[in-house]
Amino acid sequence: MAYDKFTTLTSTAVPMPIENVDTDQIIPARFLKATKREGFGDNLFRDWRYNGDDTPKADFVLNNPIYKGKILVGGKNFGSGSSREHAAWAVYDYGFRCVVSSFFADIFKNNCLNIGVLPVQISPEFANEIFEAIYADANTELEINLEAQTITLLSSGTQESFVINNYKKGNMLNGFDDIDYLQNMKREIETFTESRPF
Amino acid sequence: MSKSLFDKVWDSHVVRSIEDGPDVLYIDRHLIHEVTSPVAFVGLESRGLSVLYPERTFAVADHNTPTINQHLPVQDPLSANQLKTLEDNANKYGISHWGLGHQNNGIVHVVGPENGITLPGATIVCGDSHTSTHGAFGAIAFGIGTSEVEMVLTTQCIMQPKPKKMRISVNGVLNKAVTPKDVGLYIIAQLTTSGATGYFVEYAGDVFENMTMEGRMTVCNLSIEMGARGGMIAPDAKTFEYIKGRPKTPKGVDWDTAMAYWNTLKTDDDAVFDKEFTFNADDIEPMITYGTNPGMGMGISNNIPSADAVEGGKATYDKSLAYMGYAENEQMIGKKIDYVFIGSCTNGRIEDFRAFASIVKGRQKANNVTAWLVPGSHIVEEKIKEEGLLAIFEDAGFVLREPGCSACLAMNDDKVPAGKYAVSTSNRNFEGRQGPGSRTLLASPLVAAAAAVTGLVTDPREFL
Repeated sequence: MAYDKFTTLTSTAVPMPIENVDTDQIIPARFLKATKREGFGDNLFRDWRYNGDDTPKADFVLNNPIYKGKILVGGKNFGSGSSREHAAWAVYDYGFRCVVSSFFADIFKNNCLNIGVLPVQISPEFANEIFEAIYADANTELEINLEAQTITLLSSGTQESFVINNYKKGNMLNGFDDIDYLQNMKREIETFTESRPF
Repeated sequence: MSKSLFDKVWDSHVVRSIEDGPDVLYIDRHLIHEVTSPVAFVGLESRGLSVLYPERTFAVADHNTPTINQHLPVQDPLSANQLKTLEDNANKYGISHWGLGHQNNGIVHVVGPENGITLPGATIVCGDSHTSTHGAFGAIAFGIGTSEVEMVLTTQCIMQPKPKKMRISVNGVLNKAVTPKDVGLYIIAQLTTSGATGYFVEYAGDVFENMTMEGRMTVCNLSIEMGARGGMIAPDAKTFEYIKGRPKTPKGVDWDTAMAYWNTLKTDDDAVFDKEFTFNADDIEPMITYGTNPGMGMGISNNIPSADAVEGGKATYDKSLAYMGYAENEQMIGKKIDYVFIGSCTNGRIEDFRAFASIVKGRQKANNVTAWLVPGSHIVEEKIKEEGLLAIFEDAGFVLREPGCSACLAMNDDKVPAGKYAVSTSNRNFEGRQGPGSRTLLASPLVAAAAAVTGLVTDPREFL
């Protein structure tokens, strides 16, 4: 499924300085029963966001109206555990286009890149500075420039560059995905298949 | 140039290498299940594409299946719809389908090896992170997202940068009551839940060489729990013995050709790894977890570490212990438990049920314990009956259920209630993993058995 192009993003951000946020928290398994990609945003962080009777938990950050925006700033090792792409879908469908963390779990990061959510890895020090800035002023904005591969905390001007390979960067800038690329390799793949021993 | 086992298998599957980008990696075997595949089929249909090599994909229903009364209609309409969708998609594209009730049905990572779908030197993917299990055979096997499931269906390839290489060696002889699960949990506790992120692991050393194929599967299965994409073990005589003659393994001349290739699948002596760890078997005792990620594990006779003794932030550590209802420095032995779950792609194979039986034999299930014994497949279920283990379980007050993922992720009705403690042989103790509010203690089948008969966290060495 191709997605909207990503070039630059300037937005306030939602702070979630919890480490090892696993994909079972991002979306619990019991909400994986759909056969179409719809409605996952409603269940993003379901059990942290809602009580058992579906009333919102007031102390959870997504239920605090002062924190909003298209950027989620998470703690270290964000997205560990299950490979469920539903976690990335939930993040996207809720309205985030970018997740910032000092460290990402592998599969989650890859899933994000495949669906148009930009994972931006920064230093732990910069992550702390961002958390402090948001807690001091929830209107603090971050600017992400994919072409330049930079993330800037606008209130202080602190900037870091982030890593993304040139191929994935091109995909995100243009809204292409891997299937668009692989479709053009069909001949090569068929030849390769003939060489496989099993 | 010297190559590792991982290099040899990966490099031989690269169709194209993109500069400053991923490799286009060819996939030999693709396993799909009902939860992470439906949207992939929707995706390929919306693009007007089809399945390129249906004979290379195998559909198995497991995540969402009931573990009792499998012969009756599935009650939950959403689960029933997912199972039906898998069947319909498989039929439509000519993909092999082992649905509910099929004699080969079971957890996808248990039935793959049982039926010879899993082969040394192959690339194997599935929309499930525990695909790493198949690395036990010297395959490169790892979990993928649904976008990638769609890629494999339509092109038999995915696009991934080559991971870095890590070797983990464990040498020596394991102590009494120390199982492959304990080895896995020990390594994760040493490395933390993110310690191998970005790496593909090769397990080496005496302990893995001496381990059964079932045990190797348990260890490789847990690779993802330290962040690794996957883990693998060089194939040897034991591997070939296990796969020979299984329904989908090569036969005759094809077997000989494959063997010639498989015999080359060893890390060269002077191959270099990006990171190496070496542990002593003697340092490992039966393990148990006390927190909310698999890295929060320790020897069962130890006390829960204090926050300053573990890697990571104190706030996260405190949140984790609060969720579990535990405190720093408490001992785990003697803690009351409510549920015992033996099963899953980590510990749902015959050897695990033999281990469980070795302790419960002649004893009785504790009254306060609800126990779920869930075989990994119908083939495992049959072996349990053949070997007389079922009689042992029934005499001890246990009931054997039907195969599936079950309480490992609690998508079906096998949910641990809020606040209750479950000793589980599965792979994840995340918050709510086994049901909203459930509290999970990960352990081996021996520790699970000891808990099942005492109702408490108990050192299995007392029983052996």
